[in-house]
Amino acid sequence: MTWMVWTTPTAIFFSSIAAMLAGMTLWEILSPTIERKGFLPISTTRGDRLFISLLSAAFIHLGVIGFTTLSIWIALALSAVWLLVLMRWG
Amino acid sequence: MNNKVLNNRAWLLVLPMLVLVAFSAIIPLMTVVNYSVQDVLGPNARFFTGTEWFHSILNDASLRNAFVRQILFSLTILAIQVPLGIGIALIMPKRGWQASAVLILITLPLLIPWNVVGSIWQIFTRGDIGLMGWGLRELGINYNITRNAGDAWATIILMDVWHWTPLVAMLCYSGLRSIPEAYYQAARIDRASKWAIFRYIQLPKLTNVLVIAVLLRFMHSFMIYAEPFVLTGGGPGSSTTFLSQSLATMAIGQQDLGPSAAFSIIYFLVILLVSWVFYTTIMHMQKDKNPHGGA
Repeated sequence: MTWMVWTTPTAIFFSSIAAMLAGMTLWEILSPTIERKGFLPISTTRGDRLFISLLSAAFIHLGVIGFTTLSIWIALALSAVWLLVLMRWG
Repeated sequence: MNNKVLNNRAWLLVLPMLVLVAFSAIIPLMTVVNYSVQDVLGPNARFFTGTEWFHSILNDASLRNAFVRQILFSLTILAIQVPLGIGIALIMPKRGWQASAVLILITLPLLIPWNVVGSIWQIFTRGDIGLMGWGLRELGINYNITRNAGDAWATIILMDVWHWTPLVAMLCYSGLRSIPEAYYQAARIDRASKWAIFRYIQLPKLTNVLVIAVLLRFMHSFMIYAEPFVLTGGGPGSSTTFLSQSLATMAIGQQDLGPSAAFSIIYFLVILLVSWVFYTTIMHMQKDKNPHGGA
């Protein structure tokens, strides 16, 4: 594993992604998702909304890192709020 | 309610593929993410740099220019190859030995390795020995791909159109062949014009293959490397240096593993976003057209 040059932040990052995927699987088993239409222009399933929020979170982080002097934690907080909004009303 | 039993155990059959993809894509990608937040100098000398590489990559003027060039290139070749491919597919013979002969002829460029395509065009466009370069010069046109950025661009686009339009044409041809004859009979009864047949029968039936064609061509062209590298080497100056060549220079030429890892991730995210938007939009358009599913 040393060749993968792990760091604590990236390990936490990948563990949370893995935990999200496992959680989504469990949620799907307990109550299968129903495709529906929210404020997004397309009808989505739960997994679609998670994918959209993770992808937009990546771009929120890039925007904050590249073009502002704000802390990365603000980007993380924004992404978390966006994820919740999207999962509930998207 | 339907009585279909949903059996998710079928997903277990995907496991072997998942293991393969983990080794060939997921683990390497995770390693790239790890590299992107560090300055790795050797097996035992590495420093955590956080978001520094991302900041410098996003604010690098030459990379931004390469990005703009890349977008321009992909849009240009899509705008040429998709209509041209449809046009070629429409005039291709439909049956008999002519159909096979034409198919083989137009497929030939696809069989040539990318480096060789670059070499072919490099020689073809030389002013002293190349047919095209020499011919244009004899006609009094000041054509020189190593000196004029415009000539270099035109040649790269021409080369890509020559190399990849056959793919679009073949996909469209297979799409056109799968339209049942009954549609054309109905159109003849209505005395539909050629344009109306194209607009209301052929084009809608081509949507599926066009999605694949646009996606494939976009991804290919967005990652183009070997052909312009051999043809122009990214020059004159940096006028034809595209993203993957900038990445290769950074990662292999300068051994800047941290910055190039950050660059790779940004590059990957852009491709992921564009492909997803393309795919979703077109799939969504289809769902609107026939809400009960089916093609």
